[in-house]
Amino acid sequence: MAQATSKKLAESEIDAATDARTLAQSHFRTLRLGTPFQPRIDALGLKQDWYNWAGYRAPHSLWDEELEYFAIRSQAALFDISPMTKYRIEGPDAEAYLDRVTLRDVTKLKPGRVHYTAWCDDEGFVLDDGTLFRLSPTRFRLCSQERHLPWLLDSAIGYEVRVEEETEAVAGLALQGPTSFAILRDAGFAGIERLKVFDLAEFAHDGGTVTISRTGFTGDLGYELFVTTDKALSLWDRLMAAGELRGTRAIGYTALNRARLEAGLIVANADFTTSEHAIRTDRLRMPDEIGLGFMIDPDKGHFNGRRAILEARSKKKLRHVLVGLEIEGNIPAEHAIVYYRKSQEVGLVSAAMWSPMAKRNIALASLQRPYGDTIVDDLWVEIYAMRELQYQKLMKKAKVVPRPFIKLDRRTANPPADF
Amino acid sequence: MTSSDLNWDAIVIGGGHNGLVAAATLSKSGRKVLLLEAGNDVGGAARTEEFAPGFRVSAVAHLLNRLHPDVAKTLELERHGLKVERSDFVPSVALSKDGPLVLHGAYGEVLTGASPAEQSAWKQLRAQLLRYAGVLKPFLSRRPPDLAGISLAEMIGLGQTALALKRLGKEDMRDFLRVLLMNVYDLLDEQLSDDRLKGLLAFDATLGSHLGPRSPTSLLGLYYRLAGEIGGLAGAQVQPKGGMGAVVAAIRAAAEKAGVSIRHASPVAKVIVEKGRAVGVVTQSSETLRAKTVVSAINLATTILDLVGPREVDTGFVRKVKNIRMKGDAAKLHLALDRPPQFAGLDATEHKGRLVIAPSPDHVERAFNPSKYGEFSPEPVMEITLPSLADPSLAPAGACVLSAVVQYAPYALREGWTAGKTKFLKAIMGELETHAPGIGATVRHAELLTPADIEARYRMPGGHWHHGELQADQMLMSRPVSDWSGYDTPLEGLFLAGAGSHPGGGISGAPGLNAARRIIAMRA
Repeated sequence: MAQATSKKLAESEIDAATDARTLAQSHFRTLRLGTPFQPRIDALGLKQDWYNWAGYRAPHSLWDEELEYFAIRSQAALFDISPMTKYRIEGPDAEAYLDRVTLRDVTKLKPGRVHYTAWCDDEGFVLDDGTLFRLSPTRFRLCSQERHLPWLLDSAIGYEVRVEEETEAVAGLALQGPTSFAILRDAGFAGIERLKVFDLAEFAHDGGTVTISRTGFTGDLGYELFVTTDKALSLWDRLMAAGELRGTRAIGYTALNRARLEAGLIVANADFTTSEHAIRTDRLRMPDEIGLGFMIDPDKGHFNGRRAILEARSKKKLRHVLVGLEIEGNIPAEHAIVYYRKSQEVGLVSAAMWSPMAKRNIALASLQRPYGDTIVDDLWVEIYAMRELQYQKLMKKAKVVPRPFIKLDRRTANPPADF
Repeated sequence: MTSSDLNWDAIVIGGGHNGLVAAATLSKSGRKVLLLEAGNDVGGAARTEEFAPGFRVSAVAHLLNRLHPDVAKTLELERHGLKVERSDFVPSVALSKDGPLVLHGAYGEVLTGASPAEQSAWKQLRAQLLRYAGVLKPFLSRRPPDLAGISLAEMIGLGQTALALKRLGKEDMRDFLRVLLMNVYDLLDEQLSDDRLKGLLAFDATLGSHLGPRSPTSLLGLYYRLAGEIGGLAGAQVQPKGGMGAVVAAIRAAAEKAGVSIRHASPVAKVIVEKGRAVGVVTQSSETLRAKTVVSAINLATTILDLVGPREVDTGFVRKVKNIRMKGDAAKLHLALDRPPQFAGLDATEHKGRLVIAPSPDHVERAFNPSKYGEFSPEPVMEITLPSLADPSLAPAGACVLSAVVQYAPYALREGWTAGKTKFLKAIMGELETHAPGIGATVRHAELLTPADIEARYRMPGGHWHHGELQADQMLMSRPVSDWSGYDTPLEGLFLAGAGSHPGGGISGAPGLNAARRIIAMRA
């Protein structure tokens, strides 16, 4: 009898262990994770037009691409940036550590400030770009497109610093557009007017805090808000309520992607291939080859890729250049081939659109030097415009123009205007 | 003016034999060279040291079998007292209950103690092994080819190897490629039948590495051994008179003659890096010494991770350096004996040879097995020399020194070496007693250096005499790490000249010589 009982016990223990294991493995049943804002987004996502952003279900568009885009430029757009990869980097050596890992001089980044930066492997090829938030003298948040924990941890050897991924623990929202400042002010974030571009500060929210920075990916007046996941929905509701009369709209990535192109900003693995993703050796890019050369400071302390980058500069081994193009006509030149003298292939357009703000046909393109670098005349793009199952091939003149394609005074105005 | 105010052309960190060779070669090229040695004497693991009153022994390396002829020539070591003659060659003796088997001359030019059939099989195998090792020899001596930007000279070198390969003939070339990455156990099984001979070869192939005879690629170890030469003969070996310290003394004399300044008891704390360039060192006594070139002939992980520091190099490079496997699996035993031991069945000449306890390849494999799981071999295999027989100055009159390399003794012993050392010594003495009955009673003093001891005493992380496992993935273009196999480092002006660099360990001087040649070639 006693034996039978113990046998039964053992069986139930096995069952429990199996259940726990099944439970732990159930991740594959949810192929796309929801973000902390998912209940709100699902309610607004009339188009059910989702894409995969780093494993999360993110909307291409919620209700109307065009109107979502114009919400950014004319009202205020709310965009869920929770899937963005986020690392918490903290410790007495955090500054020195990040100065070694990333390109720009972190010693010049003051607490309460944000900068856009990038980081490279030993060969000087760009692993990713992202934004670095200095939350305190010893605490940072690094946001990026791709995941980098093994690289960041191995980079921490020799530093007193802790690196943790906090993507799941921290929810993020971008509130972008001319009325974004007024909405935050009306929502009761006292002192928000003091934030200049790339400033950040903490504000009280729902018994906790929210970190608000005057940053964004639109080239417009705008803010990004980071909050622990348990305060995510209350933050969404607070912004929506305050913005009701100021035209706040939730938007998807298609609209944001247009705004960022107008602002001349690049997207990793869209406008260049990150070095850990590239399979073909000629797809790797150095910072100088994707317009990030300005980040390199040979006079700061050692940083990853320094030797290779400086060698490529001195030995003139840089082979590509990323440029902004203005193309005649109004047909977007998406993924068009760029030619020199209409015949010699010299590059490819990675993003293109008719810009409603610039009233120009704009594009980002990667060209093989010297084209786009020293030779900028006589460049053409061949646009394949599909017209009722027939390509209309257009050879259009392209002009190398400076980025950003649009410059909005309201983005940097202090204090921000009350629209 | 103190020496701190001087600006050196080159500072060499570490006075092991490779450091001395590098320093001497650089100095001969007209450079002003300072060598900094942490210990009270140069020589590193090639010193002759007193381990008991009146008893001296070659500290780690006790047989000279691969001193690179270019080193001897460049440094004119003969003039500085190092002379090797054919009569100095010592035989290798496979000890066995079935009576000894002896490889005479240069790695068994003559084999005794085996059947006529085995003798003829050995003759063929030996010729084949030397032929194949000969193809690899240039690879295993000069700088590995630089895959990124191959120079004309390297191209010619590769061409010569291709030619050597072609000269083998079609059949032989195919066979060379077939067996290249094979395990030694299977190859021996193909051609030999005498377990004693096979045991000896299996031992030699795996000596100093964390491999058993049946481990894939274990044959490479035998090639490495046979790519070495002494007195112009591949595979030959000598016990230097005065111990390995005498070899070091000759190299030191050459270095001093060439004008190298040698400082003892000057451990380096830091390599000074300015804007990606090594510009000098700071000693542990806080003295700053600047130089155009810094050559590190100490362990390369110590160099990069401790002296330079991970902050001055890229993450990928730190990863590679940290991933180098360098946990030693061999111990060194020194016995001070009241009188010379008598190994069963051996004559006087044979006692002066290299005595190997490795009765069969299976025995070696079984000795290896426990080390995979952090345990020492209960029946260890070993290579024994009795250096005082040929050089009585090493021991008091009538007494005897025994020096043995014993495998397998994993660096990270699971029970810890504090507890394990006595047990391991007992196991070793048990084996010795079997082959030399009564030896235990004559032991006046025993010194057993585990990899942990070797690490501490000779500043060799992991206690590995190659400063990094010498296996296919850590050889040639991958030694010490891929992309940086040419003695230079990501830091301009910093070079690696120790055994951790290509081709590897053993008293060859090749890493030191190659590093110096690289520096000279770069400046030219």
